[in-house]
Amino acid sequence: MKVLVPVKRVVDYNVKVRVKPDQTDVDLANVKMSMNPFDEIAVEEAVRLKEAGIADEIVVVSIGPEKAQDQIRQALAMGADRGILVTTDQEVESLAVAKILKKICEEEQPGLVIMGKQAIDDDRNQTGQMLAALLDWPQGTFASEVKKEGDKLLVTREIDGGLQTVALNLPAVVTTDLRLNEPRYASLPNIMKAKKKPLDKKAAADFGIDLTPRLKKLKVTEPPKRKAGIKVESVEELVDKLKNEAGVL
Amino acid sequence: MAILVIADHNNEELNDATLKVVGAAQKIGGDIDVLVAGENAGAVAEAASKISGVRKVLHADDPHYAKRLAEPMTELIVRLADDYDYILSSTSTDGRNFMPRVAAKLDVMQISAITGVESPDTFVRPIYAGNALATVQSSDPKKVITVQPTAFEAVGMDGSAPIEKIEGGPFPEVSEFVSEELTKSDRPDLASAKIVISGGRALGSAEAFEKYIFPLADKLNAAVGASRAAVDAGYVPNDYQVGQTGKVVAPELYIAVGISGAIQHLAGMTDSKVIVAINKDEEAPIFQVADYGLVADLFEALPKLQEAL
Repeated sequence: MKVLVPVKRVVDYNVKVRVKPDQTDVDLANVKMSMNPFDEIAVEEAVRLKEAGIADEIVVVSIGPEKAQDQIRQALAMGADRGILVTTDQEVESLAVAKILKKICEEEQPGLVIMGKQAIDDDRNQTGQMLAALLDWPQGTFASEVKKEGDKLLVTREIDGGLQTVALNLPAVVTTDLRLNEPRYASLPNIMKAKKKPLDKKAAADFGIDLTPRLKKLKVTEPPKRKAGIKVESVEELVDKLKNEAGVL
Repeated sequence: MAILVIADHNNEELNDATLKVVGAAQKIGGDIDVLVAGENAGAVAEAASKISGVRKVLHADDPHYAKRLAEPMTELIVRLADDYDYILSSTSTDGRNFMPRVAAKLDVMQISAITGVESPDTFVRPIYAGNALATVQSSDPKKVITVQPTAFEAVGMDGSAPIEKIEGGPFPEVSEFVSEELTKSDRPDLASAKIVISGGRALGSAEAFEKYIFPLADKLNAAVGASRAAVDAGYVPNDYQVGQTGKVVAPELYIAVGISGAIQHLAGMTDSKVIVAINKDEEAPIFQVADYGLVADLFEALPKLQEAL
């Protein structure tokens, strides 16, 4: 089974982003960029499926700037087999991303797509579900465990109140949650090897898909700041304040 | 304009989040219908009919909707979509599962996890783990929106809307429910509790949660939450996680114990009315958002707190 893993280049998890003074967007000049953490979990899961003999080829796709090939190379170093970079310098919304991925799926015919449940930049949590919709495939979102049983994929999902397991026909789309696995670090020899793995480049514009955003960003602002309150000296003072000042006890 | 609100429920009870989604729908303005899709969910439809300001309740009852799997839910909602300009759901794991699927089938962009309605086509939503707020205007003819319930007021329950039974389907039959493992707890639901007490990595063990956090939660009738670090370490189940990728909560009182306050955690709780932080590191970022900070060893402070209450 071929597994397709879409990955996104995003601001690094540890960067505290700031809003530009003109409120047009956040300021991403000179900040560290990385692979979206949920996508790293997706790559890891694909590699584990390959190690378990369930997947036979892992194709990594990224849609973004030329530099997104860093993230593809990282995935190749973790164990993916080849990469496809779809280049564009404009911001591509989830729906258009799903449409491009659909075309790639039609060409590549994967048995499974695994991707992050959300990107930590726009926090939209929708591309995987949209891709599944466009392909008319079932979806296993927020996965904490993925198992193949016969011709079905068993996906355990993190839901409100606990865990739910669903059985999906294949092909299917799975989106990863935090506890699915802990992604490995690529070893130096594997990083060197990854440089020789094939990486195809295509232009987003060549897919014949309308990339015009449906959502216009009118402004981006700082969230209202909470002011730090006071330090209390003792548990007794805390209880007194909560009862008599805040009135919440 | 007509708005369809998809109800959150467990076939027995209507989830309070739906009242807040209706609150958001009222800010958009228009006729509001509520869809209850479930199995033997008559009581939920009855409850939904009492939501203030609702025109009618659509009730689709079928075993396929017992667990509200994304594939049959999407087909049902898309079938109803012609009659509506807006389709709204909460950011529950159900809503987050099927709503983007609905949006793609309708060829529109979902507007995810809104926290504000500026006008009928303009919405506010947090991005970058809540470090920024984006105001976005949608040009799509139909708007598919998930609503962050903590950001909206719940409407009342003094309505009496008619309930219209509708047929289910189509049923894609590509997925099926196998099993579920729900955390059993007599404590209030984390997302809607008035008081939340959350523990972090500093607790150090599942036993410490049991010994120090749970009794206090029971005394305060509070829900228990946790930081990602505590969940990753296995001290408490996954669904206790408060933060960017876990639950967003906004209780009257949030007590953070042994939590340093990573931005991803703060994204899930800074809308709480009163925040208390107990941490022995006085430089911990959690103190920058806390109304009342206590610099102390939690293993000494919590028993004292338990006693003082």
